[in-house]
Amino acid sequence: MINPEPLILTLKLAGLTTAILYVVGLPVAWFLSQSRMRLKPVLEAVLALPLVLPPSVLGFYFLLAFSRQGWLGGLWEKAFDHQLAFSFDGLVFGSVIFSFPFMVHPLQAGFNAIPRNLSEASYSLGKSTLETLIKVILPAMKSSILTGGVLAFAHTVGEFGVVLMIGGSIEGKTKVASIAIYDLVESLDYNSAHIYSAILFAFSFMILLTVYLVNKKLDIR
Amino acid sequence: MIQLSVQKTLAGADGPFNLSVDFVLPSENLLTLYGKSGSGKTTLLRMLAGLAKPDSGYIKVNGKTWFDSSANINLSPQKRKVGLVFQDYALFPTMTVRENLRFAQESNNEQKVKELLELTGLAALSNRFPSTLSGGQQQRVALARAILREPEILLLDEPLSALDQQTRNKLQNEILKFHKRFKLTTILVSHDKQEVFKLSDTVALIDRGTITRNGTPREVFFDKITSNKFSFASTILSIRKVDCIYLAVIGAGNELVEVVLSESDIETLKVGDEVLVASKAFNPIVIKL
Repeated sequence: MINPEPLILTLKLAGLTTAILYVVGLPVAWFLSQSRMRLKPVLEAVLALPLVLPPSVLGFYFLLAFSRQGWLGGLWEKAFDHQLAFSFDGLVFGSVIFSFPFMVHPLQAGFNAIPRNLSEASYSLGKSTLETLIKVILPAMKSSILTGGVLAFAHTVGEFGVVLMIGGSIEGKTKVASIAIYDLVESLDYNSAHIYSAILFAFSFMILLTVYLVNKKLDIR
Repeated sequence: MIQLSVQKTLAGADGPFNLSVDFVLPSENLLTLYGKSGSGKTTLLRMLAGLAKPDSGYIKVNGKTWFDSSANINLSPQKRKVGLVFQDYALFPTMTVRENLRFAQESNNEQKVKELLELTGLAALSNRFPSTLSGGQQQRVALARAILREPEILLLDEPLSALDQQTRNKLQNEILKFHKRFKLTTILVSHDKQEVFKLSDTVALIDRGTITRNGTPREVFFDKITSNKFSFASTILSIRKVDCIYLAVIGAGNELVEVVLSESDIETLKVGDEVLVASKAFNPIVIKL
């Protein structure tokens, strides 16, 4: 039987990354949809960079920043007493940045699709910005919220290059499923590679199918 | 009572222009702002609601200052008690009719929600979502929601312009009914002269940011005719020649009337014109229905 650890690690990483991205991504997407500032295109371009950069480029820079000598890695080690590079925390860090546009773009599109009238109607009914956001705007963009979460989750599951660069392949710590498959193929253990691959394949398909089914239902209403 | 004097530079289609408007509106009056699109009517409503900021001036409602540039006062939309009704209704799509109405209340008062649902004839639809309602029904919800806010001013921004004539007539009556029943002070933006005549106590003509005329609809639109006994505003639907006279079909609300026009009338009138049909001395037959 295969070792389930890489699969569990993958789910843990993707789940944590998605949760963090909701917390960080919602305010950023909201800000971008409201902002009229001149530098907005620059900010948007920076945030979309992970879409186009080769994962190895990102991974290389992350590695420099996360290492003991790097600015972030140095601070991290002082605060938490372990190295950020080649640790699970480092993977979460990298994944959050790498999957950022996959969360923020659908959310930003969702915010933009809501007519300004709705929030103005809510304000003039005496409701604060926060209450308007929670009770009026977010419920009206459920499908964007779902899409953002699923894309970020799925993208993190499928991530390879960045994880390999900043995580290495440490059993039980940073060896996620995609890397386990690579290692197995390298050692010519095609049987185990098949099992991992089939599981990821089926899992990804199920997620996407669920999204399309749920979104169809949301659209109908 | 609303006292308003505001100035703001607006970007118009043919260059920037100055919006500069002063008026005093007594309580329980209904004022219509009438004018071409882009003349600043909607901006004026948005300034009253706190959604747009005048460059200078003041807005006082029932003795309270909502905006005063010299004293640096600018109440947020939340702090102004305004009932706002948009042309496209702006109902919250994820809330049912009843939830939309509840949302307008500061403290939940189910009795009042029920009362308004019944007054607007929406009781049977109270658990439906806005997207399943017709335009007229949606605008009724929006109106009920604005009234539940218990506003000091009701602001209606072309509320009926997306609706068909019949629904529009019905809703005009409802607006009038609510305006009187809840003793509201109302400002309406409208393009429709018939609507202006039917609803307004006073009308202000706005052109490129300034009020060019104001008064009762009759004074503003028909200053020459002063002592007619009977009149209604309407639209010419068709004109045809019969022997040496012309017969025009004129629509007034749901009724059609045929009127004789002379050669000289024809020179100034054409199909589609909005007209006032008036008779100075006349003797109608009145029959009990």
